[in-house]
Amino acid sequence: MTVTLDARIPAGPIADKWDNHRFSTRLVNPANKRKYQVIIVGSGLAGASAAATLGELGYRVKVFTFHDSPRRAHSIAAQGGINAAKNYRNDGDSVYRLFYDTVKGGDYRSREANVYRLAQVSGEIIDQCAAQGGPFAREYGGLLDNRSFGGAQVSRTFYARGQTGQQLLLGAYQALARQIAAGTVELFTRAEMLDVVLDDGRTAGIVVRDLVTGAVTSHAAHAVVLATGGYSNVFYLSTNAMACNVTAIWRAHRRGAVFANPCYTQIHPTCIPASDEFQSKLTLMSESLRNDGRIWVPTDPDDTRPPNQIPEDARDYYLERAYPAFGNLVPRDVASRAAMRMIDQGRGVGPLGNGVYLDFHDSIGRLGADVVEERYGNLFEMYQRITDEDPYRAPMRIYPAPHYTMGGLWVDYNLMTTVPGLYALGEANFSDHGANRLGASALMQGLADGYFVLPATIGDYLADFLNAEPLPTDHPAFVAAEREVRGRVDGFLAVSGTRPVDWFHRELGKIMIEQCGMARSRPGLEKAMAEIPALRAEFDADVRVLGSADTVNQSLEKAGRVADFFELAELMCRDALDREESCGGHFRVEHQTADGEARRDDDNFAFVSAWEWQGDDAPQVKVEEPLVFEHVELAQRSYK
Amino acid sequence: MNLTLRVWRQAGADAPGRFETYPAEGIPPEASFLEMLDIVNERLERNGAEPIAFDHDCREGICGSCGVMIDGVPHGPQLGTATCQLHMRRFDEGDTVVVEPWRAAGFPVVRDLMVDRSAFDRIIEAGGYISVSTGSAPDANEIPVPKDAADAAMDAAACIGCGACVAACPNSAAQLFTAAKLVHLNLLPQGQAERDRRTVAMVDTMESFFGSCTNHGECETACPKGISIDTIALMNRDYLKARLSDRRLLGRS
Ligand SMILES: Cc1cc2nc3c(=O)[nH]c(=O)nc-3n(C[C@H](O)[C@H](O)[C@H](O)COP(=O)(O)OP(=O)(O)OC[C@H]3O[C@@H](n4cnc5c(N)ncnc54)[C@H](O)[C@@H]3O)c2cc1C
Ligand code: FES
Repeated sequence: MTVTLDARIPAGPIADKWDNHRFSTRLVNPANKRKYQVIIVGSGLAGASAAATLGELGYRVKVFTFHDSPRRAHSIAAQGGINAAKNYRNDGDSVYRLFYDTVKGGDYRSREANVYRLAQVSGEIIDQCAAQGGPFAREYGGLLDNRSFGGAQVSRTFYARGQTGQQLLLGAYQALARQIAAGTVELFTRAEMLDVVLDDGRTAGIVVRDLVTGAVTSHAAHAVVLATGGYSNVFYLSTNAMACNVTAIWRAHRRGAVFANPCYTQIHPTCIPASDEFQSKLTLMSESLRNDGRIWVPTDPDDTRPPNQIPEDARDYYLERAYPAFGNLVPRDVASRAAMRMIDQGRGVGPLGNGVYLDFHDSIGRLGADVVEERYGNLFEMYQRITDEDPYRAPMRIYPAPHYTMGGLWVDYNLMTTVPGLYALGEANFSDHGANRLGASALMQGLADGYFVLPATIGDYLADFLNAEPLPTDHPAFVAAEREVRGRVDGFLAVSGTRPVDWFHRELGKIMIEQCGMARSRPGLEKAMAEIPALRAEFDADVRVLGSADTVNQSLEKAGRVADFFELAELMCRDALDREESCGGHFRVEHQTADGEARRDDDNFAFVSAWEWQGDDAPQVKVEEPLVFEHVELAQRSYK
Repeated sequence: MNLTLRVWRQAGADAPGRFETYPAEGIPPEASFLEMLDIVNERLERNGAEPIAFDHDCREGICGSCGVMIDGVPHGPQLGTATCQLHMRRFDEGDTVVVEPWRAAGFPVVRDLMVDRSAFDRIIEAGGYISVSTGSAPDANEIPVPKDAADAAMDAAACIGCGACVAACPNSAAQLFTAAKLVHLNLLPQGQAERDRRTVAMVDTMESFFGSCTNHGECETACPKGISIDTIALMNRDYLKARLSDRRLLGRS
C-alpha cells in the first residue's frame, strides 16, 4: 500500500492563501477546547511555543522531554539570530523578498505556499518575543537593531548578542512555565518517547520511558505533535548537542509517517576542526566571522611553515580566487565544498591536516584590534579556550561540520504527517528550507510552526472528535506497543557483547561523513549501503550495554538512538542515490558543471522525495510530491 | 597525560554513595573535562564496570546541563567556564582530581554526578515570565527599551540555570539564579506590570526549596556566565518594595 500525498495547499493568490485557509478551517469552540488532550513531544523552540500557545487557548496539553528541564533543548545553542521581514531598516525588505530569498536559498526544492506563510508570520514572531521580554540588541533610541546574516542583501536578522537561541528558548520556556502554573500544561521531564500508538489508522498516543526509573507508560491523546529536532548526529560528530537524535520521528516513520528528503543535510563551513579520536562534538564558530576573515591554504601542500611565515605569494585565497564576486561570503554549501577540495588536495593545515585558515591579520591592520575585538571578541575567546591558540596572532583553523537537517517527516500545509492526528514541527519536519537552509531561518521556522501555524490548523482535525474520549491506555494497542518497547530495551541489555555503543556510533559516523557528507557519488553510496547493514549486524551481535533497565542508564538510552540512526543512515544513502542531481546541501559528484559547481535537474527532480516504511524486511518505497513554482523563477545559483 | 580520579558513585537517590578511584591514563591535553570522562567511561564499560552517569548536552557552555564539583570547586578551576568548556591542559601530569555532584538539599542526587534541579523550574513557574498570550503583542518597536536597560537585562538573562551558584553557597541558597531572572524581567518596560507580583512569588518559592543568603558571594565566583551579585541587591530592593507597595501605582513608574 502506498500513501498519496496531499499537501492541502489552499487555493487563491499566494498572499491570500494563509488568510483564506484560516477562514475556511473549522474552529473548536473555546468552551470545548478543554475536552481535548494534546501531547507534545519536545520542548525546544517549536515544542515549547506550541505547548504554551495551545495551553493559552485552553487545550489540555502534556509535554514530554528527555531533558531534565525544557530549557535545555538544543535550540538554546543557536547563536546568530532570527530573520523577520520587518523592513525596520528601510532597505527594501518585504514579505515577498524573504519568501523569494528562502526559496532561492533552498535551491528551489521547497513548497512555495509554506515558505510564503513563513515570511508572512515572521514579523509577528519578533513582536511576540519582544513582548515576552526577549533582550534583543537595541540601538540608542531604544528600537531594535538588525544585522545582515548569511550573505543576505538586507539587514533582517534580529539577535541577542551571540545567544539568540538561548533568549528565544527562554521566552518560550517561560511562556510554557506560565501555562504549567495555570494547570493547562502538564510537564514530563527525563521522559523519552519511544513509540507512537495508532488505532484504526489514527494517532492514539505515545509510549514513554522514564529515564530515571525505567518505567514504560502509555499516554493517550486526540493528537500528538512531534517537535523533536534534527538528526545531524547520524554523522556522530556535528555541531548538535550530544542528545539530539532521530528516534521520535523514526519511530513515527516506522508507524507509517512518510519521511521526506532524508539526504538534505547542511554542512556548516566554519567549525573548529576535530583534534583527536575522542572528540565528542564540533563547535560552531559564527558565520559572521567570514565578514572580516580571509580564508586560505598554503599553495604548496608540502609547506609546513607556521602560517605567519608563509608569504602572500605562497598562499591561496581560494574562495576569493574562484568566486571573485562573493569571495569569502559565498553560501554555506559552496564554502564547505571548497574547503573539502583543499583538504582532499592535501593542502589542509593544522596537526591533523584537517583545517583551512581563517585569517584576521588584514582586518586587524585595517580596522584595528579593538574594532575586531568588539565585533568578534566572544568568538575569539571561545576559539582560544578550545584550541589554546590566539586568533589575534595566528589565523584560526576551521573546517566544515554537519549542522542542520532539512529532511524530516513529511507534513502537509497544516503540519500534519501522513498519519492522521500526528503533527511534526520545527527541525523535525521536512520544513520550508528545501535543499539548503539560510542562516537565521531555523529559529524563525520553529517559532512560526509553534506559535502561529499549529495553533491555527490543529482545530480542523480535532473538530471531528468532540466528546470522543482518547483511547484508554489499557487498550491492546497500547499494551502491545509497551511490550515492544520493553522488549527492545531488554534486548540491548541482553546482547552482552564486547564493544560500547559509542564505538558503533563513531564507526557509523565515519561511513556517513565519508560517503554521504559533503560530496556523494554512486560508488560511495553503494559502498555505504553495504557497510551500514554489516555494521548494524555487528552492533546487534556485539554491543555491550551494562547495568539495568530500571535506573538511569545512559548507555542504554544511547543504544536505542544509535540503532535508529543505523536505519536512518541507510535511508539517507538510498535517497541520496536516488536523487540524480546536485541541489543545495546535496552534492552528487556525477552532477556538476565543468568548474565543479552543483548542477540541478529541474526537469526530472523538482519534487519532494517522501519514503514510506514497508516493514523490517523490505526497503522503503518512494512517493513524490511534485513542486510547482508559480512565483519564483527557477535559475542556476551563481556566486562567481 | 595521566591522572587519578576520585569519583562519587551513587546508584540512586536513596542509595548510599561512596568515592571510587579510577586511573585516567593517556588523556590528550586538548580533551575537554567531559571528554576525559567519556574516555574513562568507555574503558570502564570495556572492563565490565558501569559507566559514571553525568548530565551534559550542548558541550559548549550554554545549555546548563553539565556541572560537577571538581576538587571542591563548582565547574573546576577556570573562572567563567562551565565544566564542558574546561580542558585537560588546565591540569598537571599526575594530578588526583576529585569529582562530585552538586551538594545541596534543593538538588537531590539522581545518580552518580547527576542531580535533580527541577526546583529551578518551580521558581520560574512561580512568576518568571511576562504574561503575554500568543498573538496579543504590539509591534515590537512600539515598546522602546533604552539600550542600557536592554544590555543590563541581557547580562542577567545570560544565566544558564546550571546550579553552580547553589553548589558554591555554604547555605545552598539560590539567590543568584532567582535574582538573575528577576532582574532580567524587572529591568524591562515590558516587565513592569507584573513586577511586584513576580518578585514576591519567585522569592517565596525560592525560599521553600533553598537556604538563605548570608552574603558570602561564592555564587558570583562560581557562575560560569559571570552574573553579578549586584542582581541580588536589586532583587532584595524589589522584594522589599513589593512587600510594602501599593500595586495600584505600578503603572506610574
Ligand atoms: C550550534 C548551532 C547554532 C545554530 N544557530 C542558529 C541561528 O543562529 N539561527 C537559526 O535560525 N538557527 C540556528 N541553528 C539551528 C536551530 O537552532 C535549530 O534548528 C532549532 O533550534 C531546532 O529547534 P526544535 O524546536 O525543532 O528542536 P530542538 O531545540 O532540538 O528540541 C528538541 C526537543 O525534543 C526533545 N526530544 C527529542 N526526542 C525526544 C524523545 N524521543 N522523547 C522526548 N523528548 C524528545 C528534546 O528533549 C528537546 O526538548 C543552530 C544550530 C546549532 C547546532
Ligand atoms: S553541556 Fe551544556 S553547558 Fe555544559
